[in-house]
Amino acid sequence: MTPYRIRIHSLVGFMAAAVLGASLPAQAALRVLACEPEWGALAQELGGPLVEAAVATTALQDPHQIQARPSLIARARNADLVACTGAELEAGWLPVLLQQSGNARIQPGQAGHFMAADFVRKLDVPAQLDRSQGDVHAAGNPHIQTDPRRIALVAAALSARLQQLAPAQAPELQRRGADFQQRWQQATERWTARATPLRGAAVVSQHRAFSYLYDWLGLKEVAVLEPKPGVEPGVAHLQSVLATLKATPARMTLVAAYQDTRASEWLTQRGGPPVVKLAFTVGGTEGAKDLFGLFDDTLSRLLAAAGPK
Amino acid sequence: MSIVVRASVLLALAAPLCALAESSSELSQIRQAIEALKRDHEARLQALEARLRAAEASSTGASPRPSGTAPLAASPSPTPPGAAMPAPASPVPAASTGSFNPAMSVILSGLYTRTSRDPAGYAIAGFARTADAEAGPGTRGFSLAETELGLSAAVDPWLRGTVNLALGSDDSIAVEEAYLQTTALGHGLTLTAGRFKSAIGYLNSKHAHQWDFVDAPLAYQALLGGGDADDGVQLKWVVPTDTYVSLGMEAGRGKGFPGGGDSRNGLGRWALTAHLGGDWGDSHSWQAGLSVLQSKAVGQAWTLDGDLARAFTGRTRVWVADAVWTWAPQGNASRSSVKLQGEWLRAERRGEVADEAGGVFGLRSAPSGGYLQAVWQFMPRWRVGLRGDWLDPGSVDPATGMAWADTAFKPRRRTLMLDYSPSEFSRVRWQLAQDRARPGAADTQFQLQYQISLGAHGAHAY
Repeated sequence: MTPYRIRIHSLVGFMAAAVLGASLPAQAALRVLACEPEWGALAQELGGPLVEAAVATTALQDPHQIQARPSLIARARNADLVACTGAELEAGWLPVLLQQSGNARIQPGQAGHFMAADFVRKLDVPAQLDRSQGDVHAAGNPHIQTDPRRIALVAAALSARLQQLAPAQAPELQRRGADFQQRWQQATERWTARATPLRGAAVVSQHRAFSYLYDWLGLKEVAVLEPKPGVEPGVAHLQSVLATLKATPARMTLVAAYQDTRASEWLTQRGGPPVVKLAFTVGGTEGAKDLFGLFDDTLSRLLAAAGPK
Repeated sequence: MSIVVRASVLLALAAPLCALAESSSELSQIRQAIEALKRDHEARLQALEARLRAAEASSTGASPRPSGTAPLAASPSPTPPGAAMPAPASPVPAASTGSFNPAMSVILSGLYTRTSRDPAGYAIAGFARTADAEAGPGTRGFSLAETELGLSAAVDPWLRGTVNLALGSDDSIAVEEAYLQTTALGHGLTLTAGRFKSAIGYLNSKHAHQWDFVDAPLAYQALLGGGDADDGVQLKWVVPTDTYVSLGMEAGRGKGFPGGGDSRNGLGRWALTAHLGGDWGDSHSWQAGLSVLQSKAVGQAWTLDGDLARAFTGRTRVWVADAVWTWAPQGNASRSSVKLQGEWLRAERRGEVADEAGGVFGLRSAPSGGYLQAVWQFMPRWRVGLRGDWLDPGSVDPATGMAWADTAFKPRRRTLMLDYSPSEFSRVRWQLAQDRARPGAADTQFQLQYQISLGAHGAHAY
């Protein structure tokens, strides 16, 4: 045996010992890695102290463009459940996290792999799949969290999933799930009633990020600033939007917290509608501290912008 | 649904008809007609319902649902809000034969190169090279760079398979990578087998289209032959800590530079890798690593500064230290970001060199080198980058009495890059380099490159 071979053997032994010795500490709480803040907040609502939620992105980050950073791999490796939007929103980074984590529990098809968009009916499903149409999502628009009715459906599915993963705590999780549904139902009714004056209001969106909000509140999207999904608006396109708005005026331009407001402000300076920055997800604005705050704040901002008319 | 309405209307109309009918035969005739009508409509209703169910199953909530069911849910039986939730609602998968095809991606890339010195005789001074090692700016004028073809799919619940082919502009096909990888080992373990890019360093595991510059750093060209890929196995373990710690072990054939020519059983090459990483707040993230690779060479043909051919037998141990730091305001890299990256490599060679005249000399040398680069995205889609490369041929063990290389000359290169990405899937890059890898006047290299990505483009690692 050559010396280096001996060294290899001892290294193999060391690695094996390290692997065997690394039995996971028995933790009571389910470790959830949420791709977006809304699902982290939801998991925390549904699980309370039984869930330990970490969030991969903040409301100020574009969920389409996140890097599979080392810290995220470490979190994915230790997670019992990944709760993400799905519908290809995280296509640019989640597959790398899953693959590099070496965590069998969270792979597609496992109970620890939860994609919220699988549980709701999606809008803007493209009839034609072609990248000349921009960054299109084959499964439909993934930004489902702007509609509380869809959040209720996701909550039901997520609560069931948590119960499946922690059978010992199932009765408590079920109680928490039912309690959340009740509170959410009441809040949704309150929000829907509050938003009545917004019904039919014409709006402009920066990115097609609010389709579900419009679907819920009956807002009318008359123009989108991005010429194609994920493509930065250019001056020529903004001019055409301005022309559209001359014919069909809009009440406001909606921008998500993580987005750049330059294009929408350009429009405002040229007689376009005022810019309304929405939280888009938990943490996007001061008021959006949790899921309830998210919709309270969103409605306040929409009503304030629509108010004077 | 309208069929039901129509059927009930017919029934309703039929009832007074019954009263008007005078003879019992007429009455039974009408009854039979109605029965036939009912049966016919029921059959058609059932057929339509079956078609509806099939359509629902094949398109996950894509089509609007009939009234009466919850309009927002994708699952066939949504759990009513507030009620007890017994079984998890399972999503309906999109069923189509195409979804079993491997994800396919193609990278097309082309270059225009202008150099002040002829690239034909390009060699990094003081560094031994083999025929298969990639170095230099390539050909002048227009050229097609490597076309990368990638296929990847889940094999079964436990394995994933990936193949990456490099189609050269000279009509050659090279299997860059072809490996299977476990997905279900758990405990943070991943086993890879086949041909794969080694996890040593930072840049080594990246494909050419993921580089921030047109070419690889000089240190990679001189000490790893452009990049290390080998046939073998790799075991990687992500340690269960909050800070990212990844340990890896590789064993392989060792057929490519710095190894080669070993025909015995056993390992021609092994490597150990360790990487750490984490975040500082929302805006900063980092990764650092230390790796070591050892390769055996038997009768490896060397060309050195255009001099006599030599054959090296011995081992090369390459140490790689790497560090990467990225910054983006609040972690949102869509507007602006900065990436700093540096690696240092040192190759320790021990063995014997045979020259053409039949003389055999002992060899102990330790060439080293590294690079430091910064890439700044100063506005969406535009990036500018600067890279510095340096190499040191190292001293040759005086005991051997060999003076086969000019160890006083230290190759250097400075590179400036500007690139523009119209979309996530396309990029144009300008690069200007001042290359002092050869003694004499600096070689000024200008390169214009396009890179586009077709098909299912996989996610990229950090």
